[in-house]
Amino acid sequence: MDLAFVLIQLLNGLQYGLLLFLVSSGLTLVFGIMGIINLAHGSFYMVGAYLAWSLASMTGNLATAILLAIPLTVVLGMGLERLLFRHLYSRDHLYQVLLTYGLILVFEELRSLIWGDDVHGVAVPALLNASIPLTENLSYPVYRLAISGVCLLLALALYFLIQKTRLGMMIRAGASNRDMVQSLGIDIKLIYTLVFALGVALAAFAGMINAPLSSVTPNMGSHVLIICFVVVVIGGIGSVKGAMAASLMIGLAETFGQVLVPEVAGMIVYVLMAIVLVWRPEGLFGRK
Amino acid sequence: MSQNDKDIFARREFLKGSAAIAGATAVGTLLPSAMAMAQQGKLKVGLMLPYTGTFAQLGVAITNGFKLAVDERGGKLAGREIEFITVDDESNPAKAPENVNKLVQRDKVDVVIGTVHSGVVMGMAKVLKESGTLWINPNGGAGAMTGALCAPNFFRTSFSNWQTTHALGKVLKAKGHKTAVFITWKYAAGEEMMEGFKEGFEKEGGKLVKELYTPFPQVEFQALLTEIASIKPDAVVAFFAGGGAAKFLKDYQAAGLKGKIPLYGSGFLTDGVLEAVGDAAEGVETTLHYADGLDTKKDKAFRLAYAKTFKLQPDVYAVQGYDAGQLLAAGLEAVKGNVADKAGVIKGMEAAKIDSPRGVWTLSKAHNPVQDMYLRKVVGKENKTQGVAWKALADPARGCKA
Repeated sequence: MDLAFVLIQLLNGLQYGLLLFLVSSGLTLVFGIMGIINLAHGSFYMVGAYLAWSLASMTGNLATAILLAIPLTVVLGMGLERLLFRHLYSRDHLYQVLLTYGLILVFEELRSLIWGDDVHGVAVPALLNASIPLTENLSYPVYRLAISGVCLLLALALYFLIQKTRLGMMIRAGASNRDMVQSLGIDIKLIYTLVFALGVALAAFAGMINAPLSSVTPNMGSHVLIICFVVVVIGGIGSVKGAMAASLMIGLAETFGQVLVPEVAGMIVYVLMAIVLVWRPEGLFGRK
Repeated sequence: MSQNDKDIFARREFLKGSAAIAGATAVGTLLPSAMAMAQQGKLKVGLMLPYTGTFAQLGVAITNGFKLAVDERGGKLAGREIEFITVDDESNPAKAPENVNKLVQRDKVDVVIGTVHSGVVMGMAKVLKESGTLWINPNGGAGAMTGALCAPNFFRTSFSNWQTTHALGKVLKAKGHKTAVFITWKYAAGEEMMEGFKEGFEKEGGKLVKELYTPFPQVEFQALLTEIASIKPDAVVAFFAGGGAAKFLKDYQAAGLKGKIPLYGSGFLTDGVLEAVGDAAEGVETTLHYADGLDTKKDKAFRLAYAKTFKLQPDVYAVQGYDAGQLLAAGLEAVKGNVADKAGVIKGMEAAKIDSPRGVWTLSKAHNPVQDMYLRKVVGKENKTQGVAWKALADPARGCKA
């Protein structure tokens, strides 16, 4: 492997890392900040992808489809929080696991009823449907680079929202002491509804903009779920910065792992997680 | 076991007991008629297939195909009516022994048909080897079933993983490719297909310069595509299926490799995904035991009948299910429907020449089809046949001592 290819693999790793951050950002919020173990995160990702596919085939344009689909997913998130999740904040985590596992089954079945069990593809938007030649036989799809840009913007926006805004302050305060925040006259219920809806919308958005790359398939949610939890756990629960660092670490480890030690590529992520947890049980940026 | 578990356990035993008593009373009055029914009774066929999850459609296609074969014989096999008992195996290997036991122990089926997922096939093999129940596998290509684990009561009407890529060696040689890279998921089916190709290609003097693996079922291929670009082989051979195949084909095109390094694969790479991938698969050549445009009388009749009955287009899985029905019919006809003569049924099936939509095939000693492998090329939304790549290809059945 010469230097040019090392650099390309580095790009692959970073790009994959950013993609992981995008996919896990919704979980970072819901699991990391609200403390809900949301196994249905992958289902929201899948719902996003299927919405993008069906709306894009109706409107003929992915961007329009995404603009139409985002409000739908926000409403879905708010509805779920009001109807179901709200009743579980004070309960043991096991109840959340049971509820969200049930939701996975419900969403899979609904998906099968509404959209069927076929594999679908979403076309890359014409504007971004190009490739940049890197070597004599390899080029890099512009759409992948565009997604990386979106991921970076999203990361900055999330960081700003949580660390720098008044709303973010309330969210963080609510995460450390819900009752105290409420007694200070802040409508914590509303804030939780909003944060949960944002989490659902982020997961679905990831599914939408990833749809042209990953294809739209049954069970696609369960494939991303585990890696999302790994990201949040390595990064430290409740830290957007940590999730970003963890995503990039995993992206690079997987990329170079597959190339350099293909025999154990499947284990690398978990070995990495084990090492981080032994060294820092609270995760890279987690609070003790 | 904690105290709590014990309580639940005791309760369950109690319930079982009362059910048994209730059952015994019922049987007491019904026994004579039940006995009478069993003699001329229906043949019990247990369908253990995935009806939910990723492979749900495959399970349905196989079931449809099987039922079509029965319908064509007037709804009977060798004069016996059929009672179907279905179990959804969920493609879950962990539940395989339990599910197959339901059919064998509880329902006392005469024959088990199943299944799609190779891992579940392996779980079934253990139970069915012990029980000796007739078993026809209409898909899962795990080599061991007709290899090291082969048994007189095990039959397969589909393929072994090895078969689906072995003929590609010849194909690549004929096109003048001397080096190749094989890329697949790191799991049993992927590795068996890699072996099948490697053997075939090296026999022709080709060199497999690198085996690339990604963990199952991951679909991030960018690193490996970069690796392919740096190796610059004459050809790439791939096995992925379903959503993974769709993504691989699109990524291969997006990385600019399509058109520079020709892509080949096991037929599953381009089956059932052509709608999803647009033009990314155009021109990709694969080998499989079935293809579009075979243009034989049998295939045309089958496609027409299937489309008419189920309002669906048949695929390779429907063919495999259909042939499972045909094979069972052949076995039963040899003993005039007396399924109790198991050795007779087995002999009948072993001797059968199955007139399949894919072409005529027979069984190998290890009970795997000896069949023609077609070279297919993606043209539009079809896997068009380019002719036979390997006439009557038999799986080597390594380790089979039966």
